[in-house]
Amino acid sequence: MNSFSGFVIKEFKQIYRDKRTLTVLFGMPVIMLVLFGFAIRNEVTNAQIGILDLSKDEVTRTITQKLGASESFEIRAYLQNYEEVEGLFQKGNIKEVVVFEPNFKEKLVRENRADVQIITDATDPNLANLVQSYTSNIIRDYVHELNNIGHVQQAGLNTEVRMMYNPELRSVNLFVPGLIAVILMLISALMTSISITREKELGNMEILLVSPLKPRHIILGKVLPYLVLSVVNVITILVLARFVFHVPFQGSYLLFFAESTLFIMTALALGVFISSAANNQQTAMMVSLAGLLLPTVLLSGFIFPVSSMPVPLQWISHAIPAKWFLIIVRGIMLKGSEFLFIWKETLILVGITLFFMALSLKKFKVRLQ
Amino acid sequence: MRIIRVLLRKEFLQIFRNKAMLPILFVMPVVQLLVLSFAATYELKEVDFALVDMDQSSLSRELTSKFQATGYFTLELETFDQGEALEAMDAGLIKMIIRIPPDFEQELSSGQPVNLQLIIDAVDGSTAGLIQSYSASILGDLNAAKLAELKMEQANQSMHQAKMINIIPQNWYNPDLDYITYMVPGILVVLVSMIGVFLSGMNIVREQEIGTIEQLNVTPIRKYQFMIGKLLPFWVIGMVDLLIGLALARYGFQIPFLGSLATVLVVAGIFLIVIQSLGLLISTMTHTQQQAMFIAWFLMVIFILMGGLFTPIESMPEWAQNLTLANPVAYFIKIMRMVLLKGAGWKEIQFMVYTLIGMGSVLLIISINRYKKTSG
Repeated sequence: MNSFSGFVIKEFKQIYRDKRTLTVLFGMPVIMLVLFGFAIRNEVTNAQIGILDLSKDEVTRTITQKLGASESFEIRAYLQNYEEVEGLFQKGNIKEVVVFEPNFKEKLVRENRADVQIITDATDPNLANLVQSYTSNIIRDYVHELNNIGHVQQAGLNTEVRMMYNPELRSVNLFVPGLIAVILMLISALMTSISITREKELGNMEILLVSPLKPRHIILGKVLPYLVLSVVNVITILVLARFVFHVPFQGSYLLFFAESTLFIMTALALGVFISSAANNQQTAMMVSLAGLLLPTVLLSGFIFPVSSMPVPLQWISHAIPAKWFLIIVRGIMLKGSEFLFIWKETLILVGITLFFMALSLKKFKVRLQ
Repeated sequence: MRIIRVLLRKEFLQIFRNKAMLPILFVMPVVQLLVLSFAATYELKEVDFALVDMDQSSLSRELTSKFQATGYFTLELETFDQGEALEAMDAGLIKMIIRIPPDFEQELSSGQPVNLQLIIDAVDGSTAGLIQSYSASILGDLNAAKLAELKMEQANQSMHQAKMINIIPQNWYNPDLDYITYMVPGILVVLVSMIGVFLSGMNIVREQEIGTIEQLNVTPIRKYQFMIGKLLPFWVIGMVDLLIGLALARYGFQIPFLGSLATVLVVAGIFLIVIQSLGLLISTMTHTQQQAMFIAWFLMVIFILMGGLFTPIESMPEWAQNLTLANPVAYFIKIMRMVLLKGAGWKEIQFMVYTLIGMGSVLLIISINRYKKTSG
């Protein structure tokens, strides 16, 4: 036990002496959270649009004004004819062109019906969808106003919508829990995998082997400093989320920390597993990259909803630990879920963790004979 | 020239001798492109909902079946207890609750305003927005149909004829709003960048860490020869990966290929130099592979998430948009999409290409100057 505590202390010293790495390790989560918290948005603000007004009357001017006044749009171009649309889109900045047909007001007054065309640059389907629906909403509201003049309450169906858990539909509320998962994955799994492989590559593993330390002690000693680091990072992220981004925290902090620790363990287990399989740091890193970074970002539901993915991918996503952690964290932070609601996800994480721990211990022994 | 050739031979041998590396270099990008391109979609596929139908009329049934008929909505739970429905939402089983009030049909057909309540799980704000707009259009249609019926019945009363602006949407370049078309070129850029930054960056630090760089330093190899020997192999690998990816995009994903392949390749070549120079710079600033890799990761995550790949640059705040001006990945993603999907030519992209060339030159000069043949 004595040699073990000595080893652990040595590992701690080794990491905490390396100021450059330490700065990155503690600074990274802060910078990432601040950058992404403010920058990653799904809402559209100030999308550049063009107007092709073939009528130039009172009504089209009013609608144009309403579009320009909306926070979502910025009118950057007034076109003269249809041929200019292509060129504008080619340059890549204009996302939408609104075309009013000739004699717009006249038709609206006489035939009660006029056409407006919304042309979007749909290379980005999401953006195209959003700008189109914003524009339609503004036009519909205008028509509603137009029809309602002098009328009392309208008959018919009114829909009352209540957005649960995130009434203002803030992206940040969605992304912060995701970032916690990405950052923990990065630091816990990646750092561990590299740190153990490093000993192999540099030949130090032989020295560790002839020491009285058992393989599990070596692994534990390697993993502990990163566990501490990760917990500190969780606290940092949480403080930033609360006080800088005002992400609500409905659930229990105790539960949150317990679950975060579990997820850190999962990530560490993965890291150890990768390092037991890889011979050098480069391989370890590329494997973590392929197996952890992109899948964590893309398949966990961090940015894209899992339910939108094709069914085979939804199956694959079950094997991504971050997916379960995200459900847990979003549950605790936004819904105030108690353990009763997330025990299944917790159990799965425990399962994944145990699986990889067992696997890497087994592999580790074989390699160290 | 001979020295460079020998060096290149040695580097290539070293790369290809490592059996674990080969699949990582050539299979991993393909698998990732295949898998991840399908994952990156905001499209609404399946929304499980609960129905709290206090009316139980033919109209409420009609409404429910209209929702289900779209193929997006699946009725998961039917209950008279709103609390039960909310609990199901808490547990994450359903995304939406439709609450139909008592006397719904009766009041609507007598021409009174009726309130229908939709409760949507908005943890994911953008999905919630989509659910809302889909529902709004279903309900809007139903409402219009009912009002028309109502008008027929009250034909003798003078009804105000509503004005209408007919909205005709047109989606250019991607009429089906297909996400794959949009994501594949971007994800390809990310994969190529990773190979560029990580491999070339770590390669040199590795020689430092293991100590083999001393041996190279005592040889008469010139600095630039050493650099070429280190950079060229991964440049070639990056280009090969890009070609495989492009072929996959073209023939596997049926991505339109409107622009010229030559343009894409030239830009890719320049981009890889930029990104490799960055890797080189990182490796001259660090002492261990661990440090190098960490900084490279950190930068990559920022480059990717702020490169306009997943969330549009347009929706970022102004300062963040300005930051993307220094992000080479953002330029290449934009160029790829413009050239492949819109058929943009040199005229449209030249400014971005010059910027990339500028970045590459600066990074390369700094990193070559920082690399010292004498260590310590």
